[in-house]
Amino acid sequence: MWSTSIPGLEAKLVEVRDESRPSCRGRCRSSSRHIHLRPNSRGGALLAIALFLGLLSARAQDEAVPAFDTVDSMEARVQGCVTCHGQRGQGTQNGYFPRIAGKPAGYLYNQMVAFKNGTRKYAPMNYLLAYLPESYLREMAGHYANLQPPFAPRDTTPVDDAVLSRGEMLVRSGDPGKGVPACVACHGQRLTGMEPGIPGLVGLGATYIIGQLTRWQVGDRHSAEPDCMKRIASRMSNDDISAVAAWLARQARPRNLSPESPNQLRMPFACGSQPRM
Amino acid sequence: MIGKIAIAIVVLALGALVAMYFLRPGALPDEPRAVTNATTQTINRGEYLARAGDCVACHTHPNDPEFAGARAMPTPFGNLYAPNITPDDETGIGLWSADDFYRMMHSGVSKDGALLYPAMPFPNYTKVTRADSDAIYAYLMSVPPVARENRPHELRFPFNKRELLIGWRTLYFREGEFVPDPGQSQEWNRGAYLVEGLGHCSMCHTSVNLLGATSEERAFEGGMIPNQNWYAPSLTSNREAGVGNWDLEDIADLIQVGTSKRGAVYGPMAEVVYNSLQYLTDEDARAMAVYLKSLPPREAEPLPPSQARLVDPSVMESGLRIYARQCAICHGDGGEGRGTAFPLLAGNQSITMSSPVNPIRMVLNGGYAPGTKKNPRPYGMPPYSHLLDDEEVAAVVTYIRVAWGNTGTPVTPQQVNDLRKLVPEW
Repeated sequence: MWSTSIPGLEAKLVEVRDESRPSCRGRCRSSSRHIHLRPNSRGGALLAIALFLGLLSARAQDEAVPAFDTVDSMEARVQGCVTCHGQRGQGTQNGYFPRIAGKPAGYLYNQMVAFKNGTRKYAPMNYLLAYLPESYLREMAGHYANLQPPFAPRDTTPVDDAVLSRGEMLVRSGDPGKGVPACVACHGQRLTGMEPGIPGLVGLGATYIIGQLTRWQVGDRHSAEPDCMKRIASRMSNDDISAVAAWLARQARPRNLSPESPNQLRMPFACGSQPRM
Repeated sequence: MIGKIAIAIVVLALGALVAMYFLRPGALPDEPRAVTNATTQTINRGEYLARAGDCVACHTHPNDPEFAGARAMPTPFGNLYAPNITPDDETGIGLWSADDFYRMMHSGVSKDGALLYPAMPFPNYTKVTRADSDAIYAYLMSVPPVARENRPHELRFPFNKRELLIGWRTLYFREGEFVPDPGQSQEWNRGAYLVEGLGHCSMCHTSVNLLGATSEERAFEGGMIPNQNWYAPSLTSNREAGVGNWDLEDIADLIQVGTSKRGAVYGPMAEVVYNSLQYLTDEDARAMAVYLKSLPPREAEPLPPSQARLVDPSVMESGLRIYARQCAICHGDGGEGRGTAFPLLAGNQSITMSSPVNPIRMVLNGGYAPGTKKNPRPYGMPPYSHLLDDEEVAAVVTYIRVAWGNTGTPVTPQQVNDLRKLVPEW
């Protein structure tokens, strides 16, 4: 399988491979299985690169390995979440699994209840939460809402400037011509969300954002009626969605990460998940 | 002297105060005595029995009112839709009599004479006593009626012909209430009544033949659950879920709490515990444990020795490496687990039983034990299907099946791949 026998390297190469297939979902087999390290003239340089990547990804990967201090703790009880959402809810390298740390507890609770009941459809989550009492889901939501682990590095893959400026415009000002309100109007000026029901958008990967907006468009994801995100997503083109996702994934993290207090502002669209002022 | 008189007066005054307190007008007893009439008691008992029978599991669509039906039950013959059993006069069972209800439970015949498909576990429910059937009836009559038309079944030809059920019933259905065995204890008989009757355990824990029937000779011998792709282990084999060598306390915990010192429940059994068995009284859970423990083991031969030495060393090495990194923190270096929080793997029959389906699924999908009254904050295992490929899953599952003296057999990447394709999309 591996043509190297350098101690300690093999496991790290496995992790490099994991990182290299962000949306494998089990169907594709290892894509970098053909990495071969042979002691040759370029061996040293190659080895250095491999070790560097290995160290980087080992750190990233460690965040998705179960770990806790004491058994009788919430930290130990939420180990069922860590291979996707990271040890402290920071999300994982695979851009699809969202950061859940620091999102408003009300939002997290609503999502977990929706997964439990099947109104939000994602088979792995539906399965994991199906037989957990709502009081426990509320406790889990509170646990993650109170965590604020460091963020993953910002997305730096190159994107056209025009796309980014379109994304920024939609986030900051919306598109009145299409009836799309600005993201910041509800998700907060810092994009850290609003208590109790509106999630922060900071720290989410582009893949996840695109996935969610698309699911809303096609009616696969719903919120409590009136479903404001359904109204918004259905007004957006695929290009709009990509632009918003690309811009959001590239933003610096604000210093103040707490969600905004509820109802300082009136929201442009009524949302069932947020009590009206 | 004056001092003694003063003390006597004070004592008497205090005594009088105490007496006045207890005799004060309108004083209520500390514990309000339950004011239940016969109807209330019957309905309460019916609710308890309906939970023991897990009616809600099939007759309730998620997020919809209880017992309004319409939940799809996929079978190898097509989808069945459980009917509305709320007391709505037009669409439910509001116009059924207690006699109609008992005939349905006892004989598998609906009010209008239609033969029920055996997805309704009447081959088990036939064992329910008339008094218990009447209590369940009274309870169902007491829940809010919901007007919702039954959804027609979507069965393929020829299974959509109910007349064919006459043949099925001749072959597989034995009508009759539970008859206590006078040679056994009252507790054993209560357990047998619950396991064989309302609990309808044999629906999953007995292999199903091509016509969807469970056979009496093979009762509780285990089998794949059609369309769910979980293996329901044998209750009569100590190599599977047979509990002949378990303590009664552990058996009762497993079914009522969802976790025990010997293992925990996941998947379809977690659903059963969550919806049904957690509500059992301690006495009934123990009675079921007594009966389950007494089921005669099918095989007499001792367990085979561990096959660890026969497994390809590179597979064992890879399995150990993954285990040490991902699994050991919860399940322990020696597979000893951590109490009831994280189940032990060494000597765990669900890990070593001949079918590797459940341990493979646990590694692929993870899982939480059910949250129950006695264990409302269960621990869980994360999914690995996105981190480990088929060979890695096969290696780690092989490792836990043969390490530490475990007597399981190795699994192949192909077996992992087959299950990966069957489980819900990622």
